[in-house]
Amino acid sequence: MTLQPHLIRRLWLAIKAPLDGPLMLFLGLIFALSLVVLYSANNQGLDKIDNKLVYTLLSLTIMWLLARSRPQSIMNFAPPIYGIGVVLLLAVHFKGVTVNGSTRWLELGITRIQPSEIMKIALPMMLAWFFQKYELSMRWWHYLVAAVMIAIPCALVLKQPDLGTTMLIAASGFFVLFFVGLPWKVILGGMVAAGACMPVVWNMLHDYQRRRVMTMIDPMEDPLGAGYHIIQSMIAIGSGGPWGKGWLNGTQTHLDYIPERTTDFIFAVYSEEFGLVGNVVLVFLYTLVLSRAMLITAGAQTLYGRAMAGAITLSFFVYAFVNMGMVAGILPVVGVPLPFVSYGGTATVTLFVGMGMLMSIGNARR
Amino acid sequence: MRPTRFKNPQAEDGQFQLRLIVAYCFMLLMFGILIARFVWLQVYQYEHFSTLAQNNRISLLPILPNRGLIMDRNGVILAQNYSAYTLELVPSKMPDMNATIAELAKLVNITPRDEKLFKKLLGESKDFESIPLKVKLSEEEAARVAANAWRYPGVEVKARLFRDYPYKELTSHVLGYIGRINQKDQERLDDEDKSTNYKGSNYIGKTGLEAVYEDDLHGQVGFEEVETDSGGRAIRSLRRTPPVNGNNLKLALDIRLQEVADKLFGNRRGALVAIDPQTGGVLAFLSKPGFDPNLFIDGIDSQSWAALNSDWQKPMINRALRGTYPPGSTFKPFMSMAALETHSIGMHDVRPAPAFFTLPGSSHQFRDSNKNGNGSANLAKAIQVSSDTFFYKLAWDMGIDKIAPTVGQFGLGRPTGIDLDGEASGVLPTKEWKAKRFARYKEEYRRWYPADVVSIGIGQGFNSYTPLQMANAVAILANDGVAYKPHLVQEVVEAKSGKSRLVEARPDRTLPFKQENFEYVKTAMQSVMKPGGTAWRLGIGLPYTMAGKTGTAQVVAIKQGAKYNASALAEQYRDHSWFVAFAPVDKPRIAVAVIVENAGFGAAAAAPIARGLFDYYMTGKVPGSISGDMKTMPMDTADDSAATSD
Repeated sequence: MTLQPHLIRRLWLAIKAPLDGPLMLFLGLIFALSLVVLYSANNQGLDKIDNKLVYTLLSLTIMWLLARSRPQSIMNFAPPIYGIGVVLLLAVHFKGVTVNGSTRWLELGITRIQPSEIMKIALPMMLAWFFQKYELSMRWWHYLVAAVMIAIPCALVLKQPDLGTTMLIAASGFFVLFFVGLPWKVILGGMVAAGACMPVVWNMLHDYQRRRVMTMIDPMEDPLGAGYHIIQSMIAIGSGGPWGKGWLNGTQTHLDYIPERTTDFIFAVYSEEFGLVGNVVLVFLYTLVLSRAMLITAGAQTLYGRAMAGAITLSFFVYAFVNMGMVAGILPVVGVPLPFVSYGGTATVTLFVGMGMLMSIGNARR
Repeated sequence: MRPTRFKNPQAEDGQFQLRLIVAYCFMLLMFGILIARFVWLQVYQYEHFSTLAQNNRISLLPILPNRGLIMDRNGVILAQNYSAYTLELVPSKMPDMNATIAELAKLVNITPRDEKLFKKLLGESKDFESIPLKVKLSEEEAARVAANAWRYPGVEVKARLFRDYPYKELTSHVLGYIGRINQKDQERLDDEDKSTNYKGSNYIGKTGLEAVYEDDLHGQVGFEEVETDSGGRAIRSLRRTPPVNGNNLKLALDIRLQEVADKLFGNRRGALVAIDPQTGGVLAFLSKPGFDPNLFIDGIDSQSWAALNSDWQKPMINRALRGTYPPGSTFKPFMSMAALETHSIGMHDVRPAPAFFTLPGSSHQFRDSNKNGNGSANLAKAIQVSSDTFFYKLAWDMGIDKIAPTVGQFGLGRPTGIDLDGEASGVLPTKEWKAKRFARYKEEYRRWYPADVVSIGIGQGFNSYTPLQMANAVAILANDGVAYKPHLVQEVVEAKSGKSRLVEARPDRTLPFKQENFEYVKTAMQSVMKPGGTAWRLGIGLPYTMAGKTGTAQVVAIKQGAKYNASALAEQYRDHSWFVAFAPVDKPRIAVAVIVENAGFGAAAAAPIARGLFDYYMTGKVPGSISGDMKTMPMDTADDSAATSD
């Protein structure tokens, strides 16, 4: 029996139905770009491309499943997921695997997981669920409860120590508060207070974290150690010039000067080979994704939907900005991958889960 | 069903839309900043970065600092560096490693041991690291390989500094050794943020002083910014930050004294620690047998390792630092201090010292080492003849609570704080200690029995101390209670400026005991070396004053009614021979603790070693029995010849 054309058409429609067209288009373009860069960054090896295709397909499936679910049903999973996340973080604290001095992973026999990654989604979900539940009886102290919900995972991740992820998780929590209507006074007051706390925080940082900040200010101070990555990636970007050196022609890349060039520093590879023009194109594509996500957020009907969609959108922005800012030497080196471009399965799953939830919220208004 | 809203939905929607717009504008602004940064880097700074990338390129080469030297108190070098060529391979640059090794074997002599060691290092290192295949090439071999190196990518001949311990076994338990940085070391360096300073370094201190003073000895890495061509060869140097060589260590130890001690031990097992009571400086620190630390530097081959590990004499164990033994009768002087300080006995009280001691209501006989007993004695006499029954009774009368606190003041039963890692703490028995030690056993094992104290009185029972602790305790006693922390390193000397940092000879603490009690016990110990004392033979012809105490530590318990018969026991079960001593008595310059394992009575084996050591230290004369074997140069004669040539 052969597949009838109309059957194929119906299958296609069924797959397409829950997906957001513009978002899929923009993400697809970024993804295509990422394969091109990865091929070059991996010295024209196909192994990582294969892997990337596999985990991206897996992530897309998860996204599709989420996109066709109702936001309310996803929302109900918030407390258990948050709870599991906290328990896993505690497990990391007591039984985690230590690599390079930080304890971030949990050994599960066949694979390792990084529970802080789960928190990037679980925390905003939990907060959005919480505000939705008490929407009508909201008092000031609900914000305090929310602050505690943010503080618990942040403290655990900070302890690992993983300052970068801590800030990302804290930011995702803050974005929810921002969209549920945390008063401007509090936001501005908080910013002033945070500024005033800087010296205290500075003292609490680990030595290596302080050095990263210092390295950002003056990378030449420690050119052989912490400054090395930044100097080399800045040379890569700068020498790319307006038009780039051309695909597969990046000297910095192919002479091994760029560290982590398929993961956190992949942007340096892209930037060296495609130049300013390439950078503008990529930033423009990210802006398109963000604009579309913003539109979906604007159309969300429930408080949960607004808060969650807003938090996902802003988090996505933060990942992109922090990664490019770090590689370009205007932000300290923290382990944040470039969304949809960096090689790495865990981060990709998290991103697509976010996109799936966003589409689910977008579908709910129809 | 939509919930009824009490708030104004329009206003709330407006709020939300406003926030969305704010967020959106913020994002655009930040992306704008990013683009501005790109423009700056890729347009305005393009020339600059382009040059940097084009010349490519600039590479930073670490310049290794020279590791600090270690020398004894007279400047004799104990750990040094020498330059030699090595043949090194970088696996990641080699197309076919085994073929290349086979080719290289035609140029230089590569032994199976070299190859085995290489395979081992290969497993522990990363691919891009340079791994030595053969160290210490001859000039000719180096030239041959260098001439052919272009044919084999990834093969390099490098001039490198090697560590060498010229005194081998003699210093193994003091200096320890350095070894190649392994995964674990690397993780620790990363944790402590020292990995930058170890760029290019292959070695790190693993044990002994090499490990404890690693930060001083290693120095600060330098780097050279060089321009390289596309093949990675350096064209010219742009900037150079010189390395800072490691600091030198000057020890309190006298290597010649150490060798005298070693030769006096001969092939016997045991430990010896000699301390200057007035500074805490460790003059000799010996654990027999030792091992050759040079074997460990480039990774020990499995045969030598197996040999060291399976040796029943356990040469890898630092007996002076980590071996704990019952002190036997060498405990009696400290026991006496406790008795006098707690007024448990008067200086002139005469008490019986019979052939055996029994507890009230028990038939168990605690025997004296002198099978006829010693009649009766005062405390000083009891020390001189080492009467066991006298001290059994004394301990029984005092109870553990009066013994442990005073004895503990001498540092027994806790680490002395010497500058070596892994010191054992030993056991100063107390009721609390027993309860804790046997916490998992039945109550009857945990309970303190009054009888427990009896054998503790003569240094047996639960007593267990390291030779270092005993030497330290004797030094404190000799110095009338002014205690110094024992230390091997006397000075840390900066290689460049010659500035030195002294390890301060500051009293650690002063024991709150009566001077007359110190005098009494010290005089009694001096009488041990005189006619009637247990070590009287060794006091014959002393050109200086000396005080000592013999000891015999039981390894196995002898059955009731049976006699100790050394020849009937396998060697490992024979008693340990102890001796502690100091000299001169008035103003002590040296205090020593010697243990010779399974060698019987203290006076027989350990005491002659101490006497020979003191003779050398006090008079400069090497004991006749060993003078032919000495390898180290006598310092005083060397000085003399220098003086006469002036």
